[in-house]
Amino acid sequence: MAEEIKKIMFTVRKAPHGSIYVYEGLEVKLIMAAYDADISVVFLDDGVFALKKGQDTKELGIKGFAATYGALMDYEIQKVYVDRHSMEVRGMTEEDLLVIGEDEETEEPVTPQVIDAQEIAAMMAEQHNILSF
Amino acid sequence: MKIAVCIYEGPYNHEASDSAYNFVKAAIDRGHDIQGIFFYHDGVYNVTKLMEPPQDDRHIANRWSALGATGIDIVVCIAAAKRRGIVDEVLVPNVRISGLGQLTMMAIQADRMVVFGD
Amino acid sequence: MLHTVNKSPFQNTSLADCARLLRDDDVLLLLEDGVFAAQTGTQHTALVESLLQRVKVYALQADLKARAVTRLIPGIETTDYAGFVELVEKHRVHSWL
Repeated sequence: MAEEIKKIMFTVRKAPHGSIYVYEGLEVKLIMAAYDADISVVFLDDGVFALKKGQDTKELGIKGFAATYGALMDYEIQKVYVDRHSMEVRGMTEEDLLVIGEDEETEEPVTPQVIDAQEIAAMMAEQHNILSF
Repeated sequence: MKIAVCIYEGPYNHEASDSAYNFVKAAIDRGHDIQGIFFYHDGVYNVTKLMEPPQDDRHIANRWSALGATGIDIVVCIAAAKRRGIVDEVLVPNVRISGLGQLTMMAIQADRMVVFGD
Repeated sequence: MLHTVNKSPFQNTSLADCARLLRDDDVLLLLEDGVFAAQTGTQHTALVESLLQRVKVYALQADLKARAVTRLIPGIETTDYAGFVELVEKHRVHSWL
């Protein structure tokens, strides 16, 4: 009997660039995407800042990684969510969100799905294991 | 149960390493199987043999090494290690450098994964 | 689900962030600097008291003792690392770092 595919969730709660957690956390997701796992990623609290489009780290002199989020769906990471409340209190709207890929059928750009705390909590309760970054 | 532990911070600087160690010891005492211990981000600094804390303080690298000697798989992420200058030559015995695939396997195969960080 | 909070609520919003996602059958464990939230008579006591209405709240003994935190909010249970492991046996974990 085939083993059931495990649900693994990543939470991203820290802001990008001020620390490496978000960047190195992304590397884990990309590697895990090559394995048999049902991956979901939830951005909340300061993690929503990682999804701001237009990040430019050139002048800082550090390697940026926001562009890599644009390939998330190419890596088969489709379940990407962002917490509504975290965005609101940080003055972000859906227009600020970067693109994570293209819809297979319509070829329209896809941005992370905005959801509420209750939905996130319900999803967490279904996970096999959760990795926080 | 199979329990896996991740440690994201270096030794002494944050309590993560101590909390993780104490948790692992308690889990072993309760009869659990430690699926693996994975060091990521600055956690890779936990297992350098160049560490020289004061004599009357805990030697964090050595105690991880002692745990590894019991057969527990103690893994340091290669990408995080390279970035921080942690290489095979400086590792204490009974720990190994490997890739994020190891972390993936731990997350999938362990019944529980517990993250210790800042 | 077992939620762990390891940061002081006076310095970091993790406790309040966690509170938003707590469900009625969840458990909260305060450890490391998070145990400062277990103290009675602080600006965060009301939040913790409200959480105690809905979920069990534990504080790790070793961390309380290390920090000389003694006046705990009634209802908070203290636990040792063995108790921490027991909680992990019963619940999957999310660490609020």
